[in-house]
Parts: sequence; C-alpha cells; structure tokens
Amino acid sequence: MRGMWVIYRKELADHFSSNRFVILFALITMVSLITTFMVGTSLKKELEGIARPSLVFMMLFTSTGDLFSLAQFIAFFGPLIGLVLGFDAINRERINGTLSKLAAQPIYRDAIINGKFMAGVVTIKIMLLSIVLLISGLGLFTLGVTPGPEEVGRVLIYLVISIFYISFWLGVAILFSIFFRNIATSALAAIALWIFFSFFVTFGASLAANALVPIDQNQGADAERLFAHAQVQKAVSLLSPMKLYSDATSTILDPMRKTTRSLILIGPMERVSMDRFNRPLPLGQSILVVFPYIVFLILITLICFAISYLAFMRQEIRSG
Amino acid sequence: MDTSKIVVEATGLTKVYGSKTAVDNISFAVDRGEIFGFLGPNGAGKTTTVLMMLGLTEPSAGRVEVMGLDPRFASIKVKQMVGYLPENVGFYGDLTGRQNLLYVARLNGLTDKVSHDRIDQALDAVGLKDEGDKRAAAYSRGMRQRLGIAELLIREPDIVFLDEPTLGLDPDGINRMISLIQSLSLERNMTVLLSSHQLHQVQRICHRVGIMIKGKLVAVGTIDELAKEKLGVEQDTFTLEEIYMKYFKEA
Repeated sequence: MRGMWVIYRKELADHFSSNRFVILFALITMVSLITTFMVGTSLKKELEGIARPSLVFMMLFTSTGDLFSLAQFIAFFGPLIGLVLGFDAINRERINGTLSKLAAQPIYRDAIINGKFMAGVVTIKIMLLSIVLLISGLGLFTLGVTPGPEEVGRVLIYLVISIFYISFWLGVAILFSIFFRNIATSALAAIALWIFFSFFVTFGASLAANALVPIDQNQGADAERLFAHAQVQKAVSLLSPMKLYSDATSTILDPMRKTTRSLILIGPMERVSMDRFNRPLPLGQSILVVFPYIVFLILITLICFAISYLAFMRQEIRSG
Repeated sequence: MDTSKIVVEATGLTKVYGSKTAVDNISFAVDRGEIFGFLGPNGAGKTTTVLMMLGLTEPSAGRVEVMGLDPRFASIKVKQMVGYLPENVGFYGDLTGRQNLLYVARLNGLTDKVSHDRIDQALDAVGLKDEGDKRAAAYSRGMRQRLGIAELLIREPDIVFLDEPTLGLDPDGINRMISLIQSLSLERNMTVLLSSHQLHQVQRICHRVGIMIKGKLVAVGTIDELAKEKLGVEQDTFTLEEIYMKYFKEA
C-alpha cells in the first residue's frame, strides 16, 4: 500500500507540472468557456420574453449553438485527455531505465500500475470537475438562471459518467504503453483507436446493416426490415465506447429524451403515448433508461484495467 | 565452511527463454562481507541471474536463496535487504538528484526527516554534494552511476547487486566507482555482487569471481585459485584476462 501511495503522489505531481497537461487543460478550458459563452448568450436571447421552460440550465450542455454542444465536444475530445495522460506510463520508465530500479524497491509490482492509474484518474477528476464548475459559473452569469436540485443531480451524474469514459481511454493508453516498448508507437496506436471509434464505427455500422439486412430502395420500406436494419446498425455502433457514452450522457443531460433508441426504432403507438405525456423525464427515470450504458461503460473500463494489470504483472522487467 | 556465513546461495539455477537457455544450471554461494564478481561476455546470463536473485524474474528450474529466503515468495523482504544498481541506471530527468533520492527513500518507507539527513550524507560520500540540486537530466554518465550508489547508501541494504557498474565510464570515473564499491564492503559491511566484463577492475577489488560463459558458470574461486588451476602459476605474474581467455576458448 505504501508503495502505491508514494507512486501515486509522484505521478500526480508529474501530471500537474507537465507541459502537456497545461496545454491540454488550457485548450479544453478555452473551448469550453467560449462554447458556453456563445450558447449562453444565444439561449438568453431566445428566451427573452417567453416563459422559461423547465430545466433550462441543461441546455447549456446540450444545445449546439454555432459549432457543437459541450457534451459533443467532451465526447469527441475527452478520450484525448485519457490518452495523453497514459500513453507513455510504463514504456517511458522502461526506456529511462527507471522501471527495473522501481521494481527492485521493496514494493509490490502492482503498486506501480495501480499508482499510475489512480493518479491518472484523479487528474481526470480534477480536470473535469473544474471545467464543469467553470461552465456552470459562466452559465449562471450569462443565463441568469440558477440550477435546481434536479439539474445539479443531472450534471453530477454526467460528471461521473464522463470520468469513467475518460478513465477507459486512460486504461487503453496504459495498456498500449505496456504492450509497445516504443513511446511513439503506443501514442500512434492509441490515437488510431480513438479515430477508429470516433469515425469509422459509424460507417462500419451502416455497412454491416446494409450487408446483413439490405434494404431495396425501389421496393419501398417494409417496416419489419427497416426495424431489423436499424437494430443491426445500432448494435454495431454500440461497440464504440464513444457512442455508448454520447447516448448515455445525452439522455442524462436532456430530460426530454426518453429513450436511447433512434426514432425509427420507436413503434407508432409508443410514439403516440410518448407525445401524450410530453413532459420531461424525472432524473430517476433518465438514469433507469441509461443504466445499462453506464454499467457497460464501467465494465469496459474495469476490463481494460484488468488486462493492463495482468499484462504488466506477467511482463519481464528487464530494461532495454 | 560455516553455512551461516552464506548470504546468497544458488542451486541448479536455470532460466529458459523460449528455445534459448539464458542461465544453465548454475550453483554458487556468496559469503557475508565478500565482493563477488560475475565475469563474462555480454549475453552470458549475468543480468538474468541477478534478476532471479531479486525475484524480478522467475527461475525455470533450480532455486536461489537470499539470506535464507526464496525471492519468489518473500520478494518484499528480499528487496528490503538487497539493493540493486541496474546496468544504465535510470533517473527521472525532470527531478533533481536530491528529489530522485527522496522518491526512492519514500518508496522504502523512510520518513522525510530521516531521508533528508541520509541524502545529505550519501551525496557527500559519492562526491555529488554540489550537484544534488541539479536536474538529473544534466548529469553525466559517471555522475548518474554515483547517484545510483548514493541511492544504495540511503537504503542501507545488507547485500548489493551491481550490474556493470563501471561500464562506459572514463578512467577517473572508473577509479571513483571502484573505491566507492570497496567502501561499501569495507566501511558499511555490505556484501557486494557485481557483474562486469572489465576484467582489470574486477581483479583489483573482487575476493572471488565466477566466470560465466553462454549461461554456464564454468569456474568459481579466488583469482589465485583460478590462476593455479588454469595457468599453473604460483606467482602474481598473471592477469585475470589470461585466465578468462583460457576459459573462454575452452567453452
């Protein structure tokens, strides 16, 4: 235990004093603040003179403004935080010749990887918490609306999901830093995976759907087929943690969303019933809708860490 | 020989990597307070042997005991008693020499108050008193090796394993390193195991040597004993190099 805390403290100090952290943090803070400001002022203009809709504070995160919404920005850019914090965690020590020295100290070997992972997660927590607080503060200022307890609850849950999501990418990066001895290779591999999941899974999903359940445009849509097609597409795209995360958070952030399914997958009667009760979902119900997503996100994070752990424990410690 | 004097004992120690046998059935014992040298060409299995003694690599067969403990099962206890200076010892370049030492001291559970005193003494002992607050990235190779020795002094282990401690140093650096290693044995009563292929220096300080070639330990003994056996000379007209080359050609 002692070894893990010592390593954790050093890694945390390293993160906060490193240039890459400062650059990344500055970039994300800047984009978030600009987006919030733009979204906030346009929201304020739109809301002028009309009755304030409920849960207006959540719109800060979900409305897209000119470019993209904050939630979209974190979903796309968040992985980079995890990757940057972890891609050289183990292989830099190996190249520097500090890994064999570290392993020769009277500590358990898993203290090294646990300490590093923990320091990364805490860095992510601090980073996200401060960004969300900044956004909320600026939102208060530009919107002039105070969030109610439910909105605070939604933001907190969003924060927790985001921490797990970015920790998953930290886990991936640490895993690559164990498998690849070369720092540049592990960085490139991690970025490749990130790009793959952010762009290509969506293409892959529609490709898979077209291949498995082809839809003939001329014959007109058979409801049954369309349904199957959409289901395959969704199943494949859920392989991407990014899709998993954005589906989960958009439901949490937007109480008007009652399901993570796309419109086509909602039956006609279901749609009628949804329209009839056109009121925001309570927080508890929103959580219920995305609960499987959250569990799955936590699960892949843990699996990723478990693989890194096993790989590191079984690996030779030799330098060079 | 009194068995309680033995601090490191290997019996039939073997390590196989795939189809390559890195360490082939070696047995030896090292006595308390001794400076024992592993000699041999690169790739002879010296580092692998040291890693097995530390419990950082599992032996494929045979066993090794350090102070009567098996490093596989009592790795923390063994690592508390053993200091290890790897070949090309690394330091965190962003931290100063002093901060690097403090990190190791903390990993060893020393309180910061105790470690600050020990760090001062250790830096003094290795002649890095004025360089302690420079970033480790700015250290020369010789300074890094001496910082590595300072790390061992702070930890105060009973046994130290030094892997190629004089490799790549200039003559002055080698001399300083040699006398530091001698002082570990003489002044601090540590048992020293070092591996090297720089025979001239080994001859100056080692009490006993083991010659390792292609994973096999072909000879163990004092330098005089080996000379008598291989060269048949009684006088000190030989060099370790001659003995070594003889073994090397036979292997």
